[in-house]
Amino acid sequence: MSTTTKHLVVLGAGTAGTMVVNKLRKRLPATEWSITVVDKDDIHDYQPGYLFIPFRMNKPGQIRKSKRPYLHDDVEVVMAEVERVDAPASTVHLVGGRTLHYDQLVIASGTTPRPDQTPGMLGEQWHREVGEFYTFEGAVALRAQLDAFTGGRLVMHITELPIKCPVAPLEFVFLADDYLKGKGVREATEIVFVTPLDGAFTKPMASKRLGKLLTQRNITVETDFMIESVDQDAKVIRSYDEREVPYDQLVTVPLNMGADFVAASGLGDELNYVPVDKHTCRSTQYDDIWALGDASNIPTSKAGSVAHFSVDVFVENFQDAVAGRPLSHSFDGHANCFIESGGGKALLLDFNYETEPMGGTFPLPKVGPMSLLKESRANHLGKLAFRHVYWNALLPGRPLGLPADMQTAGKVPV
Amino acid sequence: MSTTTIAGHEVDVNEEGFLTRPDQWSEELAPELAALIGLDLTDKHWELIRFLRTDHAAMGETPTLRRVSTQTGTPVKELFGLFPGKPAKKMAYVSGLPKPKGCV
Repeated sequence: MSTTTKHLVVLGAGTAGTMVVNKLRKRLPATEWSITVVDKDDIHDYQPGYLFIPFRMNKPGQIRKSKRPYLHDDVEVVMAEVERVDAPASTVHLVGGRTLHYDQLVIASGTTPRPDQTPGMLGEQWHREVGEFYTFEGAVALRAQLDAFTGGRLVMHITELPIKCPVAPLEFVFLADDYLKGKGVREATEIVFVTPLDGAFTKPMASKRLGKLLTQRNITVETDFMIESVDQDAKVIRSYDEREVPYDQLVTVPLNMGADFVAASGLGDELNYVPVDKHTCRSTQYDDIWALGDASNIPTSKAGSVAHFSVDVFVENFQDAVAGRPLSHSFDGHANCFIESGGGKALLLDFNYETEPMGGTFPLPKVGPMSLLKESRANHLGKLAFRHVYWNALLPGRPLGLPADMQTAGKVPV
Repeated sequence: MSTTTIAGHEVDVNEEGFLTRPDQWSEELAPELAALIGLDLTDKHWELIRFLRTDHAAMGETPTLRRVSTQTGTPVKELFGLFPGKPAKKMAYVSGLPKPKGCV
């Protein structure tokens, strides 16, 4: 290694971090740049699959793999916990004492559910009557809970925004409606959706087009609910304005927070997300630090599709930055997401910072095969098939043929 | 989307009555907006409104309840006392900012 080799350090080998190192390793000559990726363990979960586990639509083995085979051979992999980043010194301190120097740093350490942040959530009944499906263990435990469920109040609860995959709780109640019908206990069950926002859908168009999906399925919505505590003995959740929602089975989305080392490094906001320019994902504090995927504070969904599109933009800009050129690409906040609506159907949404979800077809104008903003079988099959695309094309950094910018051809405002 | 007159100023509002252009807000409007939702503004309300305005200008987003709480050192319970029931929404309304929203 020549003394002029520069060092790119990537913290996190999840969806965003894996794509970053694989794409950049192909672009950056090994004589000029070393790439190191740091993660605390070697487990890579296909996180969209968590939602399907409780309903037996995915098996645990289908969504969990080892990280290493998905990382380019010429990338150094360090398995360690990050203690803190010393940004002025351009170093990363790892737990255990090792220090890494960087010329450029990518923070891709994601977001994590933090049940410890709500009094009473972590108690005897955690992962039993108080369930969740945002971790592998939680999803598997919830599968057993639903197996044994014979009716009563099933309460889906969101602690606070932002959360990873913000539509997943809606998908959960749609799938639960379907699943409980199949089990013959839907009539004996009240499904309640509890949100801190003023509706299950907060954008006018989505609310107009999708609001009926909840009423059709007889799912009630409790709005403006800011949780203060869980009372596992009384089996209620309590809000700051002293409302109580009783449950027999609670399915909660705990507060989501970025990694603790981000806070310890003085690089985070109140939820440990790294403030960045929303069009380039470059830190607003340090030019040699970038944050990608769920770890940043960009005002869009914390979701794999956003990570994918923003990494495509980042790879171009990174090469500009290290060559001393102005950044040439701008991320528009493009996201697309499938919403499972039960009954073997799904909806598909496509939107960005400025444009609300539109109707039409995706990815090809008029041809589809998937339809936007409407329930269809093709959308559901598209969602199921995406698991294979994720492991075989997305993570290795192969082009998917989807442009990073949102396209409007073939789409119609509704 | 329509226009209405508040405290002698013509402003653009959405169907829920939220100002759609933060630059049309001024401190004269806040007591009028507050009165429309049954609030009488105290010094503590004003401290929070000014924080929301400054933070929105700097970050480009309406701050969340948690952000208001941590940045101003005001416990969430107290925010519920000052803006009963729906503090995040009511603070945004009085400050002439968009309500906090989810992804869909």
